[in-house]
Amino acid sequence: MDQIFVALKHWLLGQLATILPAWLLPVVSALMSIAAIIGVFATLFAIMTILERKGLGRIQNRYGPNRVGPFGFLQPAADGIKAIIKEDVVPRAADKVVHFLAPVVLVIPALLVYSVLPIGRNMVAIDLDAGLLFFFAVGAASELAVFMAGWSSRNKYALLGAMRAVAQMVSYEIPLILSTISVVMITGTLSPVKIVEAQSTHAGLLPDWFVFTPWGFAGFILFMISANAEANRSPFDLPEGESELVAGYFTEYSGFKFALFFLAEYLGLFAVSGLGITLFLGGWNSPFAALDFVPSWAWFFAKLLGLIVLFIWTRGTLPRLRVDQLMNFAWKFMIPMVLINLVAAAAWHYVGGGFARWFVSGAIVLGSYLLLGRGLFHGKGITKRTYRYAE
Amino acid sequence: MLGEGIIKGMAETARNFLGSYVSDERLTTVQYPEERIPQIENARQFPFLVFDGDDPMKGMRCVACQICEKECPPKCIYIVKSKDKKPDYKNQQQFYPATFDIDLSVCMSCGICAEVCPFESIKMDTEFELSTTDRFGGLLVNKHQLAKSNGHYRKIHPGDAAASDAALAAELAKAQAKAKADVEAKAKAAAEAKAKAAVQPTPAT
Repeated sequence: MDQIFVALKHWLLGQLATILPAWLLPVVSALMSIAAIIGVFATLFAIMTILERKGLGRIQNRYGPNRVGPFGFLQPAADGIKAIIKEDVVPRAADKVVHFLAPVVLVIPALLVYSVLPIGRNMVAIDLDAGLLFFFAVGAASELAVFMAGWSSRNKYALLGAMRAVAQMVSYEIPLILSTISVVMITGTLSPVKIVEAQSTHAGLLPDWFVFTPWGFAGFILFMISANAEANRSPFDLPEGESELVAGYFTEYSGFKFALFFLAEYLGLFAVSGLGITLFLGGWNSPFAALDFVPSWAWFFAKLLGLIVLFIWTRGTLPRLRVDQLMNFAWKFMIPMVLINLVAAAAWHYVGGGFARWFVSGAIVLGSYLLLGRGLFHGKGITKRTYRYAE
Repeated sequence: MLGEGIIKGMAETARNFLGSYVSDERLTTVQYPEERIPQIENARQFPFLVFDGDDPMKGMRCVACQICEKECPPKCIYIVKSKDKKPDYKNQQQFYPATFDIDLSVCMSCGICAEVCPFESIKMDTEFELSTTDRFGGLLVNKHQLAKSNGHYRKIHPGDAAASDAALAAELAKAQAKAKADVEAKAKAAAEAKAKAAVQPTPAT
């Protein structure tokens, strides 16, 4: 059961080997992996849109979409059909080539990063030694696409949105990458597959996942916050900011190009969540040895769904930040915190086993968290706001 | 401490999320086509013409005075006065509207027509599902479509309808009293004239 998809692929390739020339087989093998990745994660995108809309609705004491199909679960299909049959409007002043290329360029890196994610045991499209590096190198290309979209639209709101998006993504790229460095320091490898293997043992009650260490926990939280900002999701959705910038850098897009922006956004979110799972939550490993009979890919997707719920929950909870708050948070809190986290990881490695390393590493993380948190509020004079007419 | 408020907020939204599955009071949504809330009595949407009795055209109260046409701010009412007359509820001969059209796309539901009408003839309806598939002819409502019975008016606005009925009854009573007084006065005058004639015979010339 665990290897069912791997076995299926090998069997299919074995069958095809009899009819296809040998040089074509690697291409077919790659195409099969690509088809599987696109199919699975595009389906997950559809599931997430409906889950998100229903979840946000319930958080706001509404029903959410409940008209199309049973309990509204066919809503994504209706939305997809609508997006396809809508007119594709291109502004007359727009740079047509760049305007067309931007959504394509945005989707490609979002899909490419999946090639190094271990979805299950032996289930990784390319087992790169520098997979982590590849992930961030390709993922950073999405900023270019965002700016292409904003610039080619010839619309001041689109351009403003793109500027905000690039400023935000560049700022949060640093904590995103630095928070993963601690894992690389401890495991000594950049390969996602080896990082997952390093977390496959069980020590006592808890599994050896990095999230159950002081530096890993802090790193995971920092990683998730940066991932949220990278994916332009609330509370960091300033680039879109539908109440002030209409839709930000994709204001001038309609029809399926608009849907592609959403697809890329959600694919990026899944990819970065998948990386978070790989680095901190033990990848496809089961939490307890007794649960090892559940297939590894099932564990991966269960964790992914858990993180998706977390993302929806935070989106339903937190209001949007201001630009200055966003930048302050990135440069005055996130970056110092990830740098200190590296020290905590080093302490974990060098202090030696037992209680001492928990104490030292935990103290570094907690102390810096408290001090930096205070520093963020310093001089702000934040008091409880009183309202004269409301209440 | 940093993050305290976020935890509190997350707890609050989680309570909302779970609570919406448990208690129906949290969900304020009325799922409109299937569920409806009763309309408040003062709801108003689009005017209609009140008629008495069974035949809409015969019992129509409108006398084509055209006050509503003149008062209508967006000028959505179009009336053509009839050439002949028909008896009204007081059995007086009155004009009636040969044409009475209201353009639904222009009407702004202000209800001024109903306010200025001295004949309790045009009133505001509560019907709000007025969309049509024809945006020209379908939105021009003629007098046959506008005519609705007094019973309908009593049903949608009981308070206003009672006041309107009372006003009309008072009018009728006044008219009847006046008619009676007129008849009596006429009879009296006739009697007096007769008496006078009897007392004072015409002088022979």
